[in-house]
Amino acid sequence: MQPTNVGNPDYFHKVVDCQWACPAHTPVPEYIRLISAGRYSDAYVVNWWSNVFPGVLGRTCDRPCEPACRRGRVEEEPVAICRLKRVAADYKDDITHRLPTAPAQRNGKRIALIGAGPASLTVARDLAPLGYEVVLYDQDKQGGGMIRTQIPKFRLPEAVIDEEVGYITNIGNIETRYGKRIDSLKSVLAENYDAVFVGTGAPRGRDLDVPGRKEAAAHIHIGIDWLASVSFGHTDKIGKRVIVLGGGNTAMDCCRSSKRLGGEEVTVVVRSGFEEMKASPWEKEDAMHEGIPILNYLVPKQVLHENGKLTGMVFEKVKAEYDDKGRRNLVHAGEPDVTIPCDNVLVAIGQENSFPWIEKDAGLEFDKWGMPVVDPATFQSTNPRVFFGGDSAFGPKNIIWAVAHGHEAAVSIDKFCHGENIAQRPAPQVVMKSQKMGIHEWSYDNEISNDLRYKVPLKEKEIALKNIKIEVELGFDPKLGFAEAQRCLNCDVQTVFAAKLCIECDACVDICPVDCITFTPDGAEAEVRQRLSAPAINPTQELYVQDGLKTGRLMVKDEDVCLHCGLCAERCPTGAWDMQKFLLETTKAGAACRSH
Amino acid sequence: MTYLAKPKLHHPKLVANALGYTRRDYEGSVSTLCAGCGHDSISAAIVQAIYDLALPPHRIAKLSGIGCSSKTPDYFLGASHGFNSVHGRMPSVLTGANLANRELIYIGVSGDGDSASIGIGQFAHVMRRNVNMLYMVENNGVYGLTKGQFSATADKGSKSKKGATNSDEAIDMVSLAIQMGASFVARSFSGDKEQLVPLVKAAISHPGAAFIDCISPCVAFNNHVGSTKSFDYVRAHNDAVNKLDFITGRTEITANYAPGTVTEVQQHDGSWIRLRKTAEDYDPRDRRNVMSYLEESRAAGEISTGLLYLAAGDEADDLHARMNTLDRPLNQLDTADLVPGSKVLDKLNASLR
Ligand SMILES: Cc1cc2nc3c(=O)[nH]c(=O)nc-3n(C[C@H](O)[C@H](O)[C@H](O)COP(=O)(O)OP(=O)(O)OC[C@H]3O[C@@H](n4cnc5c(N)ncnc54)[C@H](O)[C@@H]3O)c2cc1C
Ligand SMILES: Cc1ncc(C[n+]2csc(CCOP(=O)(O)OP(=O)(O)O)c2C)c(N)n1
Ligand code: SF4
Ligand code: SF4
Ligand code: SF4
Ligand SMILES: [Mg+2]
Repeated sequence: MQPTNVGNPDYFHKVVDCQWACPAHTPVPEYIRLISAGRYSDAYVVNWWSNVFPGVLGRTCDRPCEPACRRGRVEEEPVAICRLKRVAADYKDDITHRLPTAPAQRNGKRIALIGAGPASLTVARDLAPLGYEVVLYDQDKQGGGMIRTQIPKFRLPEAVIDEEVGYITNIGNIETRYGKRIDSLKSVLAENYDAVFVGTGAPRGRDLDVPGRKEAAAHIHIGIDWLASVSFGHTDKIGKRVIVLGGGNTAMDCCRSSKRLGGEEVTVVVRSGFEEMKASPWEKEDAMHEGIPILNYLVPKQVLHENGKLTGMVFEKVKAEYDDKGRRNLVHAGEPDVTIPCDNVLVAIGQENSFPWIEKDAGLEFDKWGMPVVDPATFQSTNPRVFFGGDSAFGPKNIIWAVAHGHEAAVSIDKFCHGENIAQRPAPQVVMKSQKMGIHEWSYDNEISNDLRYKVPLKEKEIALKNIKIEVELGFDPKLGFAEAQRCLNCDVQTVFAAKLCIECDACVDICPVDCITFTPDGAEAEVRQRLSAPAINPTQELYVQDGLKTGRLMVKDEDVCLHCGLCAERCPTGAWDMQKFLLETTKAGAACRSH
Repeated sequence: MTYLAKPKLHHPKLVANALGYTRRDYEGSVSTLCAGCGHDSISAAIVQAIYDLALPPHRIAKLSGIGCSSKTPDYFLGASHGFNSVHGRMPSVLTGANLANRELIYIGVSGDGDSASIGIGQFAHVMRRNVNMLYMVENNGVYGLTKGQFSATADKGSKSKKGATNSDEAIDMVSLAIQMGASFVARSFSGDKEQLVPLVKAAISHPGAAFIDCISPCVAFNNHVGSTKSFDYVRAHNDAVNKLDFITGRTEITANYAPGTVTEVQQHDGSWIRLRKTAEDYDPRDRRNVMSYLEESRAAGEISTGLLYLAAGDEADDLHARMNTLDRPLNQLDTADLVPGSKVLDKLNASLR
């Protein structure tokens, strides 16, 4: 086998499972340690540089980091990474003096950002401190995009949005043109901006096409339009019996909002199985906790109405069948149709892009689905001056992806405005630092907590369901936050091996609590994986291989379940193992991303 | 040493043995020995062997003398019985314990100082008496605990860490054990668990005194150039005479071995020892052959390892058999057994008249 090249920043980055999985590559264990130390402001600022909206994300993030978390592989559940972000946001001091401000001297470049959602706000945050003059357009009267218009206030209080959007618009050099809808890209381009960023999201909700839909239209709403209307205060009640169609997070927000606006019997109906629903497991749990049943394998067939008034819906019962290629089909279950009486239906069956305001001759190519052609690495469209990001680039995703796109688009715009090749992407910045302080002293806390994941305390249901503005989750208090933070395994504190110091005494092999380390003769990887102290069965996790040992064997370490406890390094008589903190920051717009 | 206890979290695929215990369940408290000490590897090998044999921890007694090596029973089999005796006196305490309760499995752990210096008399006699036990000497050539003086197993001419040369002859514990009448004698190396673990398993299953001289480098005082007990020296001079497989229950020989290269010996508990020859003409069952081979390889500066001697003959010939003791442990005897009454006394007195 080839010795591992740990000089490649990706190698140790992958070991930090959460950071690798995070689209913005937030240094998760770094901020979790700061929370353990009670340094909430520092933890917040680490987050802020990376993901821009720690308070918002600490309540709403889709958390791709958590399914990736190592703790989930060596114990039952991952660290509550997301809700720890909120701890940092809730208990920080005033941090405004630590945020950047726009320089007095502008750099002479003007950038238009269309849409003021998280993607555009991230671009603004990255470019304004560099001297760019940023003009931020949104059809709505306030910034935030769907964070403000879609996510219900019982999940995300308005004050948190105001605070974090404010941190950006207060940087300076950002002119907000709120309440201004853009109806022509060409007119924007005509204003001679050096670059235009399109962050207009995926604003169109899919509709339902079954008999009776039109006749009962007054009582049937598209989910995202209805949620926006609730958010703006235009809608403040709904019928007693509500059906929500769809299995995504929008459906979960619709049903839980309905419960708070007068819905007594609220039912979610999905076409396929409960397990296949797009909503995150915790969103489903929250809905069911509030007494909302989720019925599955029911395909909408007909809307029932009398005199223009909605009375119910008929569904066909289906079951899943798999063909010999393993493809799933929903076929008639041979059971009678199901009728559910209702006063309102909310349709939350999908969301799509829509660019009626981009002219066909604006210099942009569109693909066969009518989507603008966008480079997945640079976010540039086929009109070199126009960039995309967030939901508008590749369809609806989530906030953290919008932020990640925003950072990359800002890098592209910065390089573009400096006449550089934007295809040359900057490498991340990496610092490795030994944690050794004494013979058995490390500057990180290497004792492993045995605690199981803590649950976030909730507001009593009776109170929470009465008012749509009451936040349901209370968040961890500092004590719970500390206990949860202690569950983090510090995966960024890397085991670094120096073969020339090793005397092959086996001490590290013997002490390792999870049988990670093996000294073994060379072979083909697939075969070596089988004959390690514990077979390395997770091919998505790499083997750390080093040669140069006196016996000619290899040191092979399976990164999969290492606890980063440092016991190998404590037991090593020669210091062949060292525990080194790996801090990776993606390179943002600014001098670091440019070659001159 | 380490200050932290080993985390409870373990590999998610850790397999339980027939008793439902994982290997981690056979560990002891965290070692206080120097980082890298060979003795810790021997503890790990014992843990692995007992787990593999699926022995119930409460049926095992660990006894030791004094020394770093003798401290190790605290670091394995945390749920077993333990007795830390006086320097060099483990054999007599173990003999007594064994006589009192023959149903436990006895593991005696000692050092080269504990067994070849102060305790050499006790060592000789426990081998002679063929007490049913595993006698493990963790041999580092020095008194580790008292900071590295030469022990009686240090080779003549080898150098101390400070540069002094040992002028005395070394005692070869293996030859001594064979001479004293041990029925199972092996030598191994703490850095070679592939060899050591099956040897420990076979030794534990062996009825009678099973002796393992395990070379175990002392990283603090005897792992330098000029030492003959260092990792590098042992690796460079290791001459393994055979490879041993320990098989519980009867399994077919599936691999094809050339005729005359494999010896199979069944133990009284039904398990099998399969020896695959690596040295030509080495027959561990022929005592004269063994003694001359050991002498030659010693003269050639090699360290012969493997299962070096396995007594032919009556396997059940241990101390209990020789003394014709009761089958039951003493703690199972009731008043009727212990106070048989005046009639029995009269009979006994009459027999002595
Ligand atoms: C109901 C619902 C709940 C959600 N919950 C979560 C959640 O809990 N966690 C999560 O991570 N994600 C969630 N999402 C997804 C998330 O909100 C989006 O992925 C994210 O906001 C996309 O950011 P963006 O910057 O691309 O665009 P958006 O946030 O969609 O912002 C686009 C902005 O552009 C404006 N705009 C559009 N067209 C024009 C125009 N022509 N002129 C001027 N302005 C225009 C819009 O008004 C809007 O303000 C949810 C989405 C929905 C629908
Ligand atoms: C009666 C008696 N004499 C001397 C000592 C001092 N002493 C403690 S340990 C030891 C030597 C131990 O050597 P060894 O058995 O090889 O163990 P190691 O530490 O090398 O593993 C000695 C001489 C003692 N504890 N008791
Ligand atoms: S244990 Fe901590 S560092 Fe490791 S993946 Fe989970 S959150 Fe990240
Ligand atoms: S840090 Fe070292 S001892 Fe701890 S789990 Fe990882 S490899 Fe094993
Ligand atoms: S403990 Fe250190 S010297 Fe011993 S085998 Fe491990 S890395 Fe090598
Ligand atoms: Mg010694």
